[in-house]
Amino acid sequence: MSESALFEAQTRFVADLEETPLGTTDQVDESTPPGGLWLEAWRTLRRRPLFIISSVIILLLLAVALFPGVFATQDPTHCELQNSLAGSTAGHPFGFDQQGCDIYSRVIHGARASVSVGVLTTTITVLIGGVIGALAGFYGGWLDSVLARVTDIFFSVPLLLGAIVCMQAFPDKTVVVVALVLAVFGWPQVARIMRGSVISVRSAEYVTAATALGASRTKVLLRHVLPNAIPPVIVIATVSLGAFIGAEATLSFLGIGLNPATTVSWGGDINQAQNSLRSDPAVLLYPAAALTLTVLSFIMLGDAVREALDPKSRKR
Amino acid sequence: MGWYVGRRVLQMVPVFFGATFLVYALVFLLPGDPIAALGGNRTLAPGVIAQLRHQYHLDLPFFQQYLIYLKGIVTLNFGTSYSGLPVSEIMAQAFPVTIRLALLALLFEGIFGIGAGLIAGLRRGGFFDSTLLVVSLIVIAVPIFVIGFVVQIVFGVKFGWIKPTVGPEATWGELIVPAMVLGSISFAYVLRLTRDSVSENLSADWVRTATAKGMSRRKVVSTHVLRNSLIPVVTFLGADLGALMAGAIITEGIFNIPGVGHALYQAIIRGEGPTVVSIVTVLVLIYILTSLLVDLLYAFLDPRIRYV
Repeated sequence: MSESALFEAQTRFVADLEETPLGTTDQVDESTPPGGLWLEAWRTLRRRPLFIISSVIILLLLAVALFPGVFATQDPTHCELQNSLAGSTAGHPFGFDQQGCDIYSRVIHGARASVSVGVLTTTITVLIGGVIGALAGFYGGWLDSVLARVTDIFFSVPLLLGAIVCMQAFPDKTVVVVALVLAVFGWPQVARIMRGSVISVRSAEYVTAATALGASRTKVLLRHVLPNAIPPVIVIATVSLGAFIGAEATLSFLGIGLNPATTVSWGGDINQAQNSLRSDPAVLLYPAAALTLTVLSFIMLGDAVREALDPKSRKR
Repeated sequence: MGWYVGRRVLQMVPVFFGATFLVYALVFLLPGDPIAALGGNRTLAPGVIAQLRHQYHLDLPFFQQYLIYLKGIVTLNFGTSYSGLPVSEIMAQAFPVTIRLALLALLFEGIFGIGAGLIAGLRRGGFFDSTLLVVSLIVIAVPIFVIGFVVQIVFGVKFGWIKPTVGPEATWGELIVPAMVLGSISFAYVLRLTRDSVSENLSADWVRTATAKGMSRRKVVSTHVLRNSLIPVVTFLGADLGALMAGAIITEGIFNIPGVGHALYQAIIRGEGPTVVSIVTVLVLIYILTSLLVDLLYAFLDPRIRYV
């Protein structure tokens, strides 16, 4: 509380009863209904420029991923070698790549692969990591020890290293395969955060109260502990969605990610760009910019959500 | 402290077995026959296949194979690759290069990350601070292979300041720029970590006390703010050494550095199971060991950790 506010509160406190009717000092501010953590967070969020910018970009990205045909009329796989590395012309704002494909429509159609891998991987990691972390944190004891060691084992293989080794075993490199492989090495982070969060919530007074009132263990976990332990997981899920998109692009860039023959992806296009990079930087620039903007907006969204959900950082 | 060290080291034992098993299973249990792939387009004679399978213990039950491999790790005998080269020889050539690269990257992110983070943290909200925050956010978001390409094209090809690719010797000098690329993302993290930590410690009680008793600003910053702020940063840097070595595969590919990542990538493409398993195991063990050391270091630097 700032000094002037403190002073004001004190003067009001010592005012005569006749001057200040009891009603006004004791009144609860009812102009805005009291919201829970989520409503409070939403109110903070919608005023933050960081949140607005990043969510506009993400919504646009989702629209592009769902309906690429609306944004680009050209077929991304229709390529004519005579257009190889040609500059931008009418209807082809970004020019052509080495194979003579329209870069603009490849960038637009590449969004779907990235978004699908990101969303799918994040969903799987949150489900696996969330369940394991919550069980370990809530029940403790030997279950915690076992689950924590299993988490440590998977955590000790760095995401990209594990994924690179794993990918070679799958001849059919689809979006689902890439997402599963990334999820195998991505869930321990969620599990660790969920476990820590559940442990800190478990000893809260309302949890003790619920137990004292006779709620079953499962009900306490599902109704009282989980909803309050989820915020840090949402933050990490948002940030890692961007990270998984980056990882997918890296795999595709290395030539062991999504199959370039069947899936248009930014990472695959950047891989192709290596050959003609020195003569025409545009082939690298556009897919790389799309990728960067996507990852950046998820990081920014994560930052904004973290600040909104963490009352400690809201003060500043 | 003794108890804490003992408990942490004991916890590593199941992780060691689990991680080595995981790596081994990833390479050898997943579909794909490495021996059949050796022949390329031709099919090998059944006798040759049987002999090769026996030589690489592929005819044994999976668990027995794992035990042989485990014995190999403990005795530092990594076997031979399918092409007949001892795996330890491949690693002896590649590891020094990657260690040099990772150490340079660590040095870069440590010096510049902490330096810039300190200045930004001391002037929180200022122009320098805001600029650095935006720059670090972008650096985190740009994929490392794009940074690598741009650096290679701009400084290597256009301006000719550096050699675009690293020679077979991979000397310290040649590795400076690739190391900066490798360390760029961690540099941004170190910067943000230092900045947050410094600006938080600036308002700590002990800093106010130090200022109140008349200590100069310089002394307060160097002894009270910086030293306390460095605890999370030092632990981050320690844990990053393992991550940098494991993540060097991209940077080494772009700059053609004959390091571990390069060797690993070649081995994966050629289906060299024994080489892949050995390199990944060593990388994972380095990662496990550095995170153990960092945990112990953290407990040593910050006594509060030990009692949790």
